[in-house]
Formats: sequence, structure tokens, C-alpha cells
Amino acid sequence: MPTLKIDGLDVTVDAGTSVLEAARFLGLEIPTLCHEDGLEAYGGCRLCVVEVGQGDKSRLVSSCTYPAEDGLAVRTNTKRVARTRKMLIELLVSLVPSSKVLQDLAAKFGAQKSRFKPKHEDCILCGLCVRMCKEQMMSGAIEFVGRGQKRRITTPFDKKSELCRTCGGCMYICPVCTLRCQGPNAPTTVCGSCLTLEPTCIDHYDDYMCYLGPTGVCGTCVSEKKHKGGESGGDKELCHTANTTQQQRR
Amino acid sequence: MPATKLKNLKDLVKEQARIAKEREAYSHVVTISSGTCGLAKGSGEFVDAMKAAVKALGLGKRVLIKSTGCHGFCDIEPVVHIAPQGIVYQKVAPENAKEILSETVLRNNVLEKLLYTDPQTGQKARLAREIPFYKSQRRLLTKANAEVDPESLPDYIANGGYQALAKAVGELDPEKVIAEVKKSRLRGRGGAGFPTGFKWEFCRRAKGDVKYVICNADEGDPGAYMDRSLLEGNPHATLEGMAIGAFAIGASEGYIYVRHEYPMAVRNIRKAVEDARAAGLLGKNILGGKFSFDVHIERGAGAFVCGEETALISSVEGKRGEPRQRPPFPAVRGLWGKPTNINNVETWSSIPVVINKGGDWFARIGTESSGGTKIFSLVGKVAHTGLVEVPIGTTLREIIYDIGGGIKGDGEFKAVQTGGPSGGCLPRSMLDLPVDYDTLAKAGSIMGSGGMIVMDESTCMVDLAKYFLNFLRDESCGKCLSCREGTDRLHEIVARICDGKGTEEDLPLLEELALVVKDASMCGLGQTAPNPVLSTLRYFRKEYEAHIKEKRCPAGVCKALIKYSIDGGKCIGCAVCAKQCPVDAISGEFKKPHAIDADRCIRCGVCVDACKPKAILVA
Ligand SMILES: Cc1cc2nc3c(=O)[nH]c(=O)nc-3n(C[C@H](O)[C@H](O)[C@H](O)COP(=O)(O)O)c2cc1C
Ligand code: SF4
Ligand code: SF4
Ligand code: FES
Repeated sequence: MPTLKIDGLDVTVDAGTSVLEAARFLGLEIPTLCHEDGLEAYGGCRLCVVEVGQGDKSRLVSSCTYPAEDGLAVRTNTKRVARTRKMLIELLVSLVPSSKVLQDLAAKFGAQKSRFKPKHEDCILCGLCVRMCKEQMMSGAIEFVGRGQKRRITTPFDKKSELCRTCGGCMYICPVCTLRCQGPNAPTTVCGSCLTLEPTCIDHYDDYMCYLGPTGVCGTCVSEKKHKGGESGGDKELCHTANTTQQQRR
Repeated sequence: MPATKLKNLKDLVKEQARIAKEREAYSHVVTISSGTCGLAKGSGEFVDAMKAAVKALGLGKRVLIKSTGCHGFCDIEPVVHIAPQGIVYQKVAPENAKEILSETVLRNNVLEKLLYTDPQTGQKARLAREIPFYKSQRRLLTKANAEVDPESLPDYIANGGYQALAKAVGELDPEKVIAEVKKSRLRGRGGAGFPTGFKWEFCRRAKGDVKYVICNADEGDPGAYMDRSLLEGNPHATLEGMAIGAFAIGASEGYIYVRHEYPMAVRNIRKAVEDARAAGLLGKNILGGKFSFDVHIERGAGAFVCGEETALISSVEGKRGEPRQRPPFPAVRGLWGKPTNINNVETWSSIPVVINKGGDWFARIGTESSGGTKIFSLVGKVAHTGLVEVPIGTTLREIIYDIGGGIKGDGEFKAVQTGGPSGGCLPRSMLDLPVDYDTLAKAGSIMGSGGMIVMDESTCMVDLAKYFLNFLRDESCGKCLSCREGTDRLHEIVARICDGKGTEEDLPLLEELALVVKDASMCGLGQTAPNPVLSTLRYFRKEYEAHIKEKRCPAGVCKALIKYSIDGGKCIGCAVCAKQCPVDAISGEFKKPHAIDADRCIRCGVCVDACKPKAILVA
């Protein structure tokens, strides 16, 4: 069992524990965005950076992916960490300025003013939905494609996925999703828990596995009926992922 | 060659002597540089012409024609080397084939017109060592490229091939091999410069029944082609190195990850694997002993990031080529979760030399901290371009001036960019810097895989930083926010400065962001991506300031900041420029000075090239 020092405190953890988990065990707060308990660590948002090592050799690593090694010296709140975190939040906010989650982060870490031109994207590529779908919904309907600025999340070949059960797990976990909880007149299909009228998923999917609550409460059935009746949904307001998953029901 | 024949070092030495004896029948060996670069310049046709000429003159039993890999001096391709005289002919064409045979081979007359002329002294060179480009090199690895037919195992054996493997397997044990590699102070040639012996030791000590070795031949740096040249020209050397490494580490399987864009390298290495297998130098019970090792070839699709070791491993496993957190390092958990040792082509190719000559001998060639030679691809505004192999610790000046012949044309040296797209730009004041992993890092650049781009004053450093950032933002895997968004924003700011829209706040913002990209990113790509901008800011800050404060591009490159005009005194009114201008921005009476309409002008530069009296001014 490795013993490491975090912010001056010694802690012994099970092998395979991450630095983030070890720090949380000590009650230390490290902000995270792309990390969720129950999902595999990913290391994409970099918000959880901590400084490891001393002197010239010290460097920043993402604590959610870095293994707690014996003898490791970790500092979670150095100047370098703070400076980096603030800049990362600035980059995030300029990516999706409308996100409540990101605005809260910005307020908390004093990064309200972004010096970059807002991009108004609808995805920060944190990959939570991908892991949610694969690891919790046991579906694996969506994945990353492309690299660099062309990286995005979608179904294979942007085509209807046989694997998607429209459980809504991806939207549930999305930190920048503005589609959830839109009241009784939700224009979108995947969510709108309050609209439960006639659950049809039970008829449609024998092995329905829903993250949002007991089977049938998500309301997708309502919109599905709407679509069948030829009424158009509010596709334009869906993020790319939701759009692709939604098309699958047509 | 019967597979049972080669059992130990003695057998290989005997086989070498036997082949040499066989070759004595030939009075001359004519070697033609036929790597990808040579073929592009017509060496294929020349080889055909040469073979036909040999036949026509009935010299088939006396003259051996050999196509080899690249000889390194790209400017003078196709190149022919004639042994035993050692004469080198440059830029040969099929019609020269007959006269080379009838004059040089049969009558020992030198064809002056095909000799290389040193542009600086005007002197003609007959032998390779008289050519300045070759004279100052130390061709430990690339020498064989000019001697060995890459498709012939006997040729490699005749050159002393596989003796290092026989020595390692027969006379040393794995620990001793590792000790020798440690002594050599060989450091990884793939970029990071990790000491190879130590890396092997970690992997040897790692727990695991199955272990792998991998050869990284992804070579994604634009303009770099040393790995391609080694695999094309001398594939058995890489294989031999891998087999020695596998023996030392305890691996029985290896992978060569080579980019799909290198068809000739793939072909040659594939043939080498088959031939070595057939000769009992690869596969089960190598050299009739207990050690077994085989190699698979995996082709990469050409993403820069797939050269990063963990991304490469992921790609071999059939997954997305995306880096992952290290530790665990591949030496502990690599391919299919097993301990894996990954080295670059050049690193592997150095191993037979280390074992044959000894670690101490190898270490003496380089510097205190780093042994051996490094191959650079010297390109850009330098008089002689090509592959250059020099001892580690050679200065930039020696490489650029003694070997490269200085700046091409009448330009002035401005900067040299080392280390590929994420390397740094070093100014004139750094010319005496000995090239080594540590010195370059300290100067704000990197060794990288050995790219070296020389620039003169016609290069705008801000524009250059923009170019590399653009490459990196496309090639980032996109996983880390800092790398994906960071490089994109760095590019956005630098592009803005080039467009004349930069503000005084942009420079501190660039620096602030660059540091975060370096600090917060997971893999080497993100961690080095800001180098182009940081190094140019460090050494050429004035140029950034000129763009921002004076709205001026000193090198006359950034289109938004330059203006074309006509020098009335020089203009002869020929109207050639006006005819060529794609937007009709030039007007004037015939035989009278013309003028450019600045509003119409799109700054394409066509007029500059068109004007004979050089009357077009760019400022
Ligand atoms: C973005 C990136 C690209 C890389 N590309 C290559 C490459 O094309 N070839 C290579 O040998 N190493 C490349 N490397 C370095 C490898 O990760 C690794 O360090 C190397 O293959 C180890 O071999 P060595 O110790 O012999 O240098 C790259 C690293 C990074 C971060
Ligand atoms: S809605 Fe579809 S894509 Fe989203 S988590 Fe559920 S199965 Fe996966
Ligand atoms: S630093 Fe860049 S290339 Fe490397 S893992 Fe992160 S996003 Fe991918
Ligand atoms: S929480 Fe660790 S990188 Fe996102």
C-alpha cells in the first residue's frame, strides 16, 4: 500500500487509488469536471491538476488519472496550480459561455472575465457522456471521432445506432447541457421527466435501463408520439450528440 | 543460404568471408542511391539504363549493379558510387549509363562533367570524402545505406551484419548486453532522449511472463525522413537491434509501427523479416539456440500523435490513437497490458554498433551525457540539403556551415528551427551551441527526432510560429482541454498579430497561455506545442512588436502588413507585371513608370517575380 504526502499530510491508500481519491480521502478539495465516481478516469478537462515533485523537477499532473505512488509529494494548491486552473476555466467559459456549471466554476475561481472570443459551442468534449453510455448504460452507442479541432462525439458514421436505447444518460451527465428540465412544454425529446404520460418504452425495450428514474418516467414516449404524428421536434436546439441519438428513433 | 548453417558468431564471420570471396569475381561495384528521394529524381530509370548497358557491353560477370537506400545528399540525386575507385557522380541520367561503363569502369577515365562541384570553391570532387557535405559527417549508421542492398540479406551479412546479435546471444547474457548499452550512453533518438540502457533495464525487471519490444517508425514530423531512410536503406540493422533488445529484455515478440505513407520502407522491412526468418536469424530458436523472437509489422495511418508511445500502443491494439496517463509507463504496462519497450528506428539501428564496437567506444563519440551520432534532416534555406549524421555535441554552426554550406544564395542566416513542429527557433547568437538533448532544451528548443530547418531574413518569425501552431492544433488528439483549446487560441492570437490586428495585451496573454498549455497537458505534444511561440517570443520579440505597434512585418511576409509599390526610377514601363497581375491592379502608359493600386492589390507577389529590373518594392 503506497504512502504519499499530500499538502504535507501523510496518507496511505490502496494500490490503484488515484491522487484525486487520496486527496478527497483527506478532505481536500480539488475541482473536477470530466471526472465522476463510477466512471473510468479520463483526464480531459485538466481542472484537477496538482503539482507533484519538488524544485526543478516538479510538474503538473491531472490528479484524477495519476496513480498514488509510494513516496510521491503532492501539492494541490500552489500558485502554479491556481494560475493554470484559472486559465483552463477561462478557456472553458469562452467555449460554452452559457453553461451554468462553467459560470459557477468561473465565479468560484475568479475567472469571470474571459479574454478569448466566445465560441458558443454546445460541447466541451469532457467525454462524460461517452463513458456514461459505455460503462453505466452498458450501451457504447457514442464515441469520439476526429482529432484536434475536428474532434467530436457521435454515433458510428453519424448513423442511427442500434445500441442507443434513448435512456438519456448522456444528457443527464452532460455538464454544459442546457436541454434538461425545460418544463412541461419541452421542445426536445430525450428529456423532460415531468412529461410522463404514457410510458411506451416498456413495450419497446424489454431490457430498458434508465438512469433518470424508474422505468418510463423520462417522457421520451410523449415526443415519440409527436414525431410519429409528423410534428417536428426542436432539433436545432439539441447538441450534436442528442441530435444524432434522437434521429435514431425516426 | 541454408538455415542450419548459421549458429554462432564464427559462422557469420565465415559466411561474411565466403560472400566476400564470391564478390571478388566482380571488378567493379556500381551503387545507385535509390531511396524514395532518389527514385523521385529518376534513379529508377538510371538503374534500368545501367543494367541494360551492362548487358549490352557484356559486363554482367564483371560489374555488379546495386540499388541502395538514400545516400543522404538529396540535392545531387541521383547519385552513383563506383567502387573500387570510390568515384562519385551526381545528377546522372539514363544517357550517362553507357559512358560511365565504357569510360570510368573500363578505362578508368573520370567523367568531369558528372563530378560534383563545390559551389563555394568551384572545385570538383571525385571521391565522397572530398565533398564538403560528407567530409565533416560521422556516418555511423547512414554509411551502410550507401553500401548495402536493402533487399539482400547476404549483402548485410557481407557488411558484418548479425554479428552483434550472434555476439549478444552467444557470448553475452542479457545483463551484459544491458550493461554495454548503458555504457554507450545511448539516448532515445525519438525525441525525449531517455537513456536506452536504463529503459531496457526497467522493462527487464518489470514483472510479466510476456514482454514486447516495439520499433517506433511513425516519423510524423513534417520534413523529417531519417527513419524512413534507415528502414528503406538498411532494414536488417533495425531488426538486428530489435532482436538484441528483445534478448536483453526477455521479449519474444516485436512490432514495427511504420507509417502507411512509407510504402518502400514497409516493403523492405517486410522482406528483411522474411529473409531473416528463413535464415534462422529471427523466429524460433534464433541461431539454433534457445532464444526465440519474431516481428510483426503494423502500419499507422499517419497521425502525428500516434508517434507518442502510449498512443502508438493504443493504435497497435486497434483502438483510437490517443495518449494515456504515464505512469504506468509502457515498461511496466504497455502493449496488451504487458511490459513493453519502445524505441525509435535510429535507436534500434545504433544497437548493433554498440554491441560490435563496445559501449565505451560508442560513448566516446558523443558528449559527457550522450553517446554516438544523431541524424538530422537539414532543410530550408541552406545551400546543401539532406540527411546529416554527426556526433552528438556538434555545433549548429558546423552542421549548417561546414556541412550545409551556409545560406543558399545571398541571404543572411536568421534562425534555425530544431526538433520538428514543436521545436524552437534559435537565433544567430546560438550558432555555437553544441547540439545535445540538454543544451537544446535549455535554449528553449528540443532535439526532437532531428528536424533542422534553416531560415534566412525572408522568413517572418511570427508567421512561422503561426504555421507550426496550425499544424499542432490540427494534430493534437484533442483530449486535453489545455492542448486542444490552448493551441487553437494560441494560433488565433498569433494569426491576429499577423493580420495586423494584434494589441499590446496579446503578448502577455500569449505567454500566459503558452505556459498553461505546456504545464497542464498530458502528453509530449501539448507539453511542447508552445515551443515555437515561446522561442520566437524569447529571441525575436521585436518582430512581434513591429507587427503590433508599427503594423509592419519586417520580413515582408504577412500580407495584411505589406504594401507593393513600384520604384519609378527602376521601372522601364514594359507592362509585363500589369499583364500578369491577376486582379488588374497595375496600370500605366507603355514605356513609362507604372503604378500599383494598393486597394486592389491582393499581395500575391506575381509582379515581383515578373519584373526583370526588380522595380517592385515590398514594404
Ligand atoms: C506528439 C509526439 C510524437 C512523437 N512522434 C514520434 C515519432 O514519430 N517517432 C519516434 O520514434 N518517437 C516519437 N515520439 C516519442 C515517443 O513517444 C517515444 O518517446 C519514443 O518512441 C521512444 O523511443 P526512444 O527512447 O528510442 O526515443 C513522439 C512523442 C510525442 C509526444
Ligand atoms: S441516450 Fe443513447 S447515447 Fe445517450 S447514454 Fe443512453 S444509450 Fe448512450
Ligand atoms: S496533450 Fe494534446 S495530444 Fe497529448 S493527450 Fe492531451 S490533447 Fe492529446
Ligand atoms: S477531472 Fe481530472 S482531468 Fe478532468
